[in-house]
Amino acid sequence: MSENTDAGKIDLNELKSGGFIKQNQKDLFTVRLRVPGGRLDIDKMIKIGEVAKKYSRMGYCHLSFRQSVEIIGVHIDDFNTLVKELAEFGQSIASCGPRVRVPTACGGCEYNPNGIMDAQKKALEVDKEHFGTPCHHKFKISFSGCPIDCARTQGMDLGFQGIVDPHWEEDPCTGCTLCEKACLEGAIVAAEDGKPIFYREKCVYCGDCIKACPTDAWTAKRKGWAVRAGGKHGRHPRTADEIMLFLPDDKVSDFIGKTLAWYNKNGKRGERIGTTFDRVGLEGYKEKVARPFITD
Amino acid sequence: MSENTADEKIDLRGVLCPINFVKTKLKLEMMESGQVLEVTLDDGEPMRSVPRSIKEEGHKVIKVEQIDDGYKIFVKKADS
Repeated sequence: MSENTDAGKIDLNELKSGGFIKQNQKDLFTVRLRVPGGRLDIDKMIKIGEVAKKYSRMGYCHLSFRQSVEIIGVHIDDFNTLVKELAEFGQSIASCGPRVRVPTACGGCEYNPNGIMDAQKKALEVDKEHFGTPCHHKFKISFSGCPIDCARTQGMDLGFQGIVDPHWEEDPCTGCTLCEKACLEGAIVAAEDGKPIFYREKCVYCGDCIKACPTDAWTAKRKGWAVRAGGKHGRHPRTADEIMLFLPDDKVSDFIGKTLAWYNKNGKRGERIGTTFDRVGLEGYKEKVARPFITD
Repeated sequence: MSENTADEKIDLRGVLCPINFVKTKLKLEMMESGQVLEVTLDDGEPMRSVPRSIKEEGHKVIKVEQIDDGYKIFVKKADS
């Protein structure tokens, strides 16, 4: 088949920036859906299933490593109708190429007892504001609600991980030592009278002491995000650099915007931001982007 | 001290998480508000998790006692 009339209707820009990925099979593509944080409303999930059943010529979906649903084996002639049918219930397509990808996130603090920050809410917000922004290479963002870091922020171009700063008051403390038991880091050691000695340098800001304390002698002084940048997977993995602690929740989007502006100015085409750090140094980025966000 | 005289006791040494918490919860459900339950736990994971979960349920750990092979925690049942 040399002529393909339907394919002519495809918006080529959409094809380039959108999540249509060429497969081994002739004229078949993987269609990657936009699912920020991997959260899918159940009704939507059922409808995606119906559309996938109709258009997948291979009979299955794949759950991508960035929490999206990929419909496998969609024929190029079906793109237009598929996109239209998905749009009818508000489902859009993800992106590929050199731009900001759909953010990933753990369950966050809404229903997970370990959660400190609302990773899901933030992923949705950031997806709205920054998804698809063009840059020098792919740009991956993730959100972990706590230091267990299920969203693997250390492997992201920009990663945000929830943290809480514990504060201890002597008065309510009964010296029960439960905080010492709760702390996996050895940052809390009970003194003779059972009261805690806090070694801040060992603290990872998980808040387990606060959660364990029966008398609320430990409380949350502040919550926020630990920010990491320059991480990536792939052929040449790079662990992200620690950029700052306790970025306020309402500053995340601004921080991302400023990071992207810095990257677009200082980076090179085809270079991930971590490689830019290695080439021009991290200090300039920290000084220019992170520093204005550091409050103490 | 009055909290040393628990109204009920449960020994959960050798019982794994989260079964130990579930058993504590069930026991507390059969008690009256304000009554004290003495829970014996192994050190380690149970001591990290069970007191925290008890707090999340709204009850209060009022005392912790170290014993030879574990801990006794005294839990006051919350107002319902």
